[in-house]
Amino acid sequence: MPPRRYLAELLTALGLLIAPFVLPYLGFAPNTVNRILVWGLFGIGFDLLFGYTGLLSFGQAAFYGTGGMVAAWLLTRADFPSVWLALVIGMVAAAAVGWLVGLIALRRTGIYFAMITVAIGEVFYFVEFNPLADWTGGENGLPGVPTPSLHLGFTTIHFTTGWALYPFLAACYFIGIVIALRIVHSPVGAVLSAIRDNPLRAAAVGHDIHSYKLTAFVVAAAYAGLAGGLLGVLQAFMPPEAFIFDTSGQLVMQTAIGGPGTLFGPLLGAAVWLSLQDFLQAALDLGAAWKLVLGVVFVLLVCFLRHGLVGGLIDLYRLVSRRSTAEAEAPEEATPIHAAVASMPARRREGDLTAGTVLEAKGLTKRYGGLVANGDIDFTVKVGELRGIIGPNGAGKSTFFKMLTCEVPPSAGTIVFEGQDITGKGVTEVCQLGLTKSYQVNQLFTRLTVRQNLTIAALADLRGRFRLLDLFRSLEKIPGLQDRVQHTLGLVGLTARADVAVSALAYGEKRRLEIGLALATSPSLLLLDEPLAGMSPRERVETVQLLKSIARGRTMIVIDHDMDSLFELVEWITVLQEGKVLAEGTPDQIKTDPAVREAYLGGVHA
Amino acid sequence: MFTWANFFSQVFNGLALGALLALISSGLTIIYGTLGVLNLAHGAMFMMGGYAGYVVFDATGSFILAVAAGALFLLVVGVLLERIVIRHFYHRPHEDQLLVTFGISIVMVEAVRLIFSSLSKNVPAPPLLSGITSLGITFYPTYRIAVVGIVAVALLVLYFVLYRTKLGMIVRAGIEDSEMVDSLGIDVHRVFMVVFGIGAMAAGFAGIVNAPIVSLTPDVGEAILVQTFVVVVIGGVGSFPGAVLGGLIAGEIISITSMIDPAYAYIMLFAAMTLVLVLRPYGLLGVRGRE
Repeated sequence: MPPRRYLAELLTALGLLIAPFVLPYLGFAPNTVNRILVWGLFGIGFDLLFGYTGLLSFGQAAFYGTGGMVAAWLLTRADFPSVWLALVIGMVAAAAVGWLVGLIALRRTGIYFAMITVAIGEVFYFVEFNPLADWTGGENGLPGVPTPSLHLGFTTIHFTTGWALYPFLAACYFIGIVIALRIVHSPVGAVLSAIRDNPLRAAAVGHDIHSYKLTAFVVAAAYAGLAGGLLGVLQAFMPPEAFIFDTSGQLVMQTAIGGPGTLFGPLLGAAVWLSLQDFLQAALDLGAAWKLVLGVVFVLLVCFLRHGLVGGLIDLYRLVSRRSTAEAEAPEEATPIHAAVASMPARRREGDLTAGTVLEAKGLTKRYGGLVANGDIDFTVKVGELRGIIGPNGAGKSTFFKMLTCEVPPSAGTIVFEGQDITGKGVTEVCQLGLTKSYQVNQLFTRLTVRQNLTIAALADLRGRFRLLDLFRSLEKIPGLQDRVQHTLGLVGLTARADVAVSALAYGEKRRLEIGLALATSPSLLLLDEPLAGMSPRERVETVQLLKSIARGRTMIVIDHDMDSLFELVEWITVLQEGKVLAEGTPDQIKTDPAVREAYLGGVHA
Repeated sequence: MFTWANFFSQVFNGLALGALLALISSGLTIIYGTLGVLNLAHGAMFMMGGYAGYVVFDATGSFILAVAAGALFLLVVGVLLERIVIRHFYHRPHEDQLLVTFGISIVMVEAVRLIFSSLSKNVPAPPLLSGITSLGITFYPTYRIAVVGIVAVALLVLYFVLYRTKLGMIVRAGIEDSEMVDSLGIDVHRVFMVVFGIGAMAAGFAGIVNAPIVSLTPDVGEAILVQTFVVVVIGGVGSFPGAVLGGLIAGEIISITSMIDPAYAYIMLFAAMTLVLVLRPYGLLGVRGRE
């Protein structure tokens, strides 16, 4: 959609250009507008971290203060000549500090991450105030921060205060938003939203999620650092309060009010926050009570408007235009599966392995305390084989799969995949080697569309576990990506549903997408954990056809409870019982095997 | 100047602070463990306990009534808050829970500021416990010794409730797997309400007990909240013994570092947290996967 490609950028530029002519009539003082821009820029980075990656940090003030103090120190104490360069150095310093802090804070996720960032923020505040007081001015801050000017040869523009400073801040905000939009639409941005939606699966399809989280953290710190520097320029003074917890808290609240995951939400939130503050303090003469009112407003907003103001507007827009989308989302009774689609080739390995062994597990054992889930399993799969695994409930099938894909480490035994010992490796690494599975319980990226889901999986194979060089590159320019996604869509019969959100899919479609996610990583060995679970009889028939078409030119292992389907599908079956291999053979041999019958029917114990 | 007397009294200071932190953190950690909600308003609850006690002390002059008021008021606040707001957030993302409790903390702090102003308030120690006591090597404020005792009793009561009563058994089971407890036919949501109330009460109790040591301001809870987080990270989320151990460690680190240079107290505390995160990411007494 090239015509809309730069729409957001254009509208931002337009808005920033007309703001000085419109906002004064709405009662905005120039200084308030400038502060909104600084908070908005600070918030862009935070939104990349919170709204896009799902990491809620309460310690952003640390980087805001660091960037601001470094820039202000250079300009006031070190007689640094260029304001522009000082701001950039402050930003780089904040990013570097962000990298160090990220190494610690990102050791944990969720509420642990939030608690650690709170603590780190406080440490920065104390360090700034005491041990580094000689550098930062302690509680006095650093006064006398100069404003920038631009030499154009024939004239010099001085960005001083009020509307004269506005063009400078607006330009900084514009550059900030353009860069952020590029990041969001880059492969890295796609992976970040995958981490927000389902970190477990993002890692399982082969992305090194820790490095991507660290990237988001550093980017957010860089934005904070630049905004901090601009705060000093704006106030001609770098206040020590930049470091306090309230700064981080205000950023979080403004972003939540405006709408996280929108990039523009923080700007809107800052506008609401600062103008309400002015209004409550000045017009209503509430004095210090303004914060109480804003606190109540914030609590109500979190309770009732879950995605902030921008999110609310988007929901409203969807509500109004529901008629048009209702047509597009009409459930298709039967999405035809194109079994005839040329099967996607599994990735080619170096050397000729066609006759060899893909996977060999020896003595594989998993103990949970005293419980032996898997005991001493020997298991070999040849190239091109289509293997089935059956066994009664609790036979240890899923545990066995988890060990093969390195989700859980075995208590004993070794796993060799394509001649390489993978015992003890991580699930990400193993997926990168070409071994992955589809999950028994769907593990999808629920807030994204079908196409975006498959894109994320395909990216892991096309780009490797971690890559930063295409941070500003459009997804559309990744060679082979579109073909891979389109091909996978066809293979799992979801071409017509490509742009539907996962939450709007029928159950059977979600199951097929689950398989598609594994397929899009182009595995040379694909494990399917109960692909038919919960499907209607008709869906089962279709899915068996689908699996048959996938299996061409690929090695697969399938666990399922549906014996009839499995017997039809696979060539060779391993039966597990109580964590051990009970029998192996062709479907016909297994059907008549007395030991298997006894295991399933209970035999003498019945 | 290092003297043994000084060192000894700092160790005792650490013990008093540590005991308080242990109590507050226990409240935070059982709420998180059972309900899955990290209560960012916990520091504000600590602060409100102090103010509730202050009001009652101002009216009656009785310290015991003040302590009872601080605890009971927060029990009521906690139960009401759970019924009105928190329970709507059990099925929402962690981020929303953090946002709403953060918002609540601001409302609490600003409401108190509006009513009592930002000026500090004092609740004196009861006459029986004021003055100083000789500990052999040094003299030490009697009330701080008493705090260690009072908090130890409170922790023992909490321990008894958690480990020796049916409710406690349900709570501990809920920490392990609240869905399972629900399917066993126990009304988990009623338990949630009680747990949130008890957690809030622990914070409020600590708030009023702490009031004679540090004068009350609306912002007194913020610093405590940060220290509580460090305690929980060190001890392990959802672990009552972890909160007690973490509290004592944090209290001693803050006090002993303060003896050398108060400016570095937080830095040392943070260093300890980092060390724990590197060596034992799930906390000293934490359990893997409980987050």
